[in-house]
Amino acid sequence: MNAPNQSGWKPGTPVEGHTAMNGPDTATGNRALMLEEPLIFEIAGNDTTGVDLPEPQGGKNRLGGLERSAPIGLPGLSEPETVRHYTRLSRQNYAIDLGLFPLGSCTMKHNPRLNEKIARMPGFADVHPLQPVDTVRGALEVANELAHWLIELTGMHGVAMSPKAGAHGELCGILCIRAALEARGDAREVILVPESAHGTNPATAAFAGYRVEDIPANGDGRVDLEALKARLGPDVAGVMITNPNTCGLFERDMKAISDAVHAAGGFVYCDGANFNAIVGKVRPGDLGVDAMHINLHKTFSTPHGGGGPGSGPVVLSEALSPYGPLPFTARTEDGVVHLVEEENADEFAHTKAFGRMTAFHGQTGMFTRALAYILSHGADGLKQVAEDAVLNANYLLRSLDDVLDAPFAHSGPCMHEALFSDKGFADDISTLDLAKALIDEGYHPMTMYFPLVVHGAMLVEPTETESKAALDQFILALRHVAERAKAGDEGMKSAPYYAPRRRLDETLAARKPLLAWADQSAPPGKPSLSEQGGR
Amino acid sequence: MRYLPLTDADRSAMLAKIGAPDIDALFADVPEEARLSGPIHGLPMHASEMAVEKHMRRLSKKNLAAADAPFFLGAGAYRHHVPASVDHIIQRGEFLTAYTPYQPEIAQGTLQMLFEFQSQVARLYGCAVANASMYDGSTACWEAVAMASRVARGKKRKVVLSGALHPHYAEVVRTMAKFTDDEIAGAPPSLTARPDDDGLIARIDDDTSCVVVQYPDILGRLPDLSRIAEAAHEKGALLIAVNTEPVALGAIQSPGELGADIVVGEGQAIGVGLQFGGPYLGLFAVRDEKHVRQMPGRLCGETVDAQGKRGFVLTLSTREQHIRREKATSNICTNSGLCALAFSVHMTLLGEEGLRRLAMENHRLACLAADRLAKVPGISVLNDSFFNEFTVQLGQDARQVVRELAGKDILAGVSLGRLFPDNDALADGLLVAVTETTTEEDIDTLVSALEELLA
Repeated sequence: MNAPNQSGWKPGTPVEGHTAMNGPDTATGNRALMLEEPLIFEIAGNDTTGVDLPEPQGGKNRLGGLERSAPIGLPGLSEPETVRHYTRLSRQNYAIDLGLFPLGSCTMKHNPRLNEKIARMPGFADVHPLQPVDTVRGALEVANELAHWLIELTGMHGVAMSPKAGAHGELCGILCIRAALEARGDAREVILVPESAHGTNPATAAFAGYRVEDIPANGDGRVDLEALKARLGPDVAGVMITNPNTCGLFERDMKAISDAVHAAGGFVYCDGANFNAIVGKVRPGDLGVDAMHINLHKTFSTPHGGGGPGSGPVVLSEALSPYGPLPFTARTEDGVVHLVEEENADEFAHTKAFGRMTAFHGQTGMFTRALAYILSHGADGLKQVAEDAVLNANYLLRSLDDVLDAPFAHSGPCMHEALFSDKGFADDISTLDLAKALIDEGYHPMTMYFPLVVHGAMLVEPTETESKAALDQFILALRHVAERAKAGDEGMKSAPYYAPRRRLDETLAARKPLLAWADQSAPPGKPSLSEQGGR
Repeated sequence: MRYLPLTDADRSAMLAKIGAPDIDALFADVPEEARLSGPIHGLPMHASEMAVEKHMRRLSKKNLAAADAPFFLGAGAYRHHVPASVDHIIQRGEFLTAYTPYQPEIAQGTLQMLFEFQSQVARLYGCAVANASMYDGSTACWEAVAMASRVARGKKRKVVLSGALHPHYAEVVRTMAKFTDDEIAGAPPSLTARPDDDGLIARIDDDTSCVVVQYPDILGRLPDLSRIAEAAHEKGALLIAVNTEPVALGAIQSPGELGADIVVGEGQAIGVGLQFGGPYLGLFAVRDEKHVRQMPGRLCGETVDAQGKRGFVLTLSTREQHIRREKATSNICTNSGLCALAFSVHMTLLGEEGLRRLAMENHRLACLAADRLAKVPGISVLNDSFFNEFTVQLGQDARQVVRELAGKDILAGVSLGRLFPDNDALADGLLVAVTETTTEEDIDTLVSALEELLA
């Protein structure tokens, strides 16, 4: 169908006059472009600095007698050494810029560079959160304009913009629910969460003081509506449901679930991690949702940055909006955007806020990027985003379901991600082995062992920013490793072979935690740089 | 649409492979009544890069950038010069567009960086272990309070907050404590030359799980952490020190050295920039290794690979939500990875020597500003001691003064009225922060403007 590699090279292609061979060991441990990089602590000088600053004059200070007496032990490098160190480190990372990154539920899509440029405009990057509001109206407008589109896209009533990440948004939503219940004098104790939920859901409910109980799933990988109805009662504060769910399926009964929960006096929290599958097509507000966080880094493509920063605005129903936290922005009829904080909440009739979740106004740097993303795509583009994401996932599902077990494929199409299990693998080959073999093929693995409801789960999310050619090459690679897994290829157990590191010993890391650098030659507890002389 | 690579021919071929007649067939599980019939209300169609940039530039121009005015704001967010190479490095796609390092064999770049970052933060704070970062200083502060409660095994419920803790941080703690059993004992700040350490110590009792003290405090003063630590430890409580200006620790002793048990703070001042309040960088460290397993957030640790080569992994994840679910130490999932990278790169460029020089240059300019402001009739400087931020009293409502000076494109500082709107006793206070980016000319401009306004 297609070459394994679009450059035309195929494994085993003999090239006249050349023979394959293993190379010799090198003196440096490097292998051409694969460079071993020491820690900054191992290469830094005691007095080296990459910044030109004046030598202090000495004399009196006003530090209250607290001036430092001992060195800190911080390594310093010149600018060229610094740039080289981090550039070398960067080359040991896989990234969406390097290739398809099929991490299910994490939504690794292309990050437009226009958005980076915009976030760095001095009017956004170089303004202080406590500047007089008349000097930051543009920044407030960005937050307000984004808030407006988030409300429109979800069909909700209000939005709390300040949560710093998805899990922080979950907490915000659950606290709104708790505040609303307490306001009507209704102390409820339980939040129901399906077993397939992200770990943050039960952790959030517990952090907010609730007891967590499972909602059973049916054979289709969806919430069992009848079982849920049977559990609802005066002790249930609400449910947390991910839709589309973590099996990559739309919860067909969502509206009926919401109606049942509302009838029992509870609230519906929707985990919006997978909103990217339905943006522009379905509005959660039309399904009876009361609160939903939106991971701006997933649906609206702000960069994941190697683990954050995220941003987790929470859209709220009419019933919950009055309890949303401070601060937020509000546009008055004259078109002016205001910052609503503790001192002026009364003027904006927002007197029931449950409090404040963070020091300032939220992830403004992410708001600019997300707004640019929404405006770039527009109404037609956002709908296309959802459609292409779902199309790409179904294409993967149907191109692989003959070689990998797809437990819910019989019940119809998937949404934005395809779920497979390890059924059919040789006994001693695991999902982990397949994932590590996929690394050797040049791919970041899919999400492994999640959701928990499927044995040896592999959750594959290609996103809409992959071309058909990119999908075809990935399918070829995944078919190959799947076939090896079924054949019981023992070599997979030692994969990866070609990554910057072979399989890492995670057990050792947890048993003997080494969490900060310590010079082995220095006495314990003493920073080594101070031992080496210096000032 | 420039971000979507599929062509219509691709789409048709793929639908054929799937066996679906059209794209709607793939949304068959979405009930008809849940489908949006038309386009999103009011949202225009897709726009070119040029058009979007123009719209956003127009909004950015409605803000007064700090670089375009004499600038004296602090109160938890500080403007420092960030070397150009920092932004270059964090925009490398391998860092910018990577995910959380769950597959360590192909994420050693992020992991080694995090290990170096943790080591830098631990040393800066005088602690044994720092985590891979939190959302920001205020959320790190609450997480520290929650951790102290775990360490006390829920047997101690009282949280003693210093009156000179950043009011937003205190508000986050109060908000979160509403939903736990913690009892928050706060106090209003008072305009005194020195922090009221005695008053704070007097509020610590046997039911106290932790004492939360900001260092330097919200008024720029320097509390006696070692004395507070001693008093806290006598009652079996933990001392949580909060630092919002890491550059200060190049000049003054670290909270860990002074006996703080948990040190948290805002790392934004190094490498991250102002960004109107976020994304920022929460720092979190513990002085004693014995508390590591009660820490929230990600931790990166050293190990070896199958060939014995050194490598790094995320570790001790049995504390975390994706393993422990409702029994996790926190619901936190993400860290502030790219901001941690910016911090680490900037800190590497500075090094011990650069940080010391940077800190002393901040302090020199702050002393100069305090001296010049003290000579303005009607102004008095409150602080006995400070690092790069101090409080002046203007003898009139500082909020009004700040607004009027902003009208003249002078960003004069943060009025205490903005921070503590309910506390009239603080209304004439103005927090003035001075960094290496402040010039003597900026200081003179502020002094002249205040002379004129207060005359």
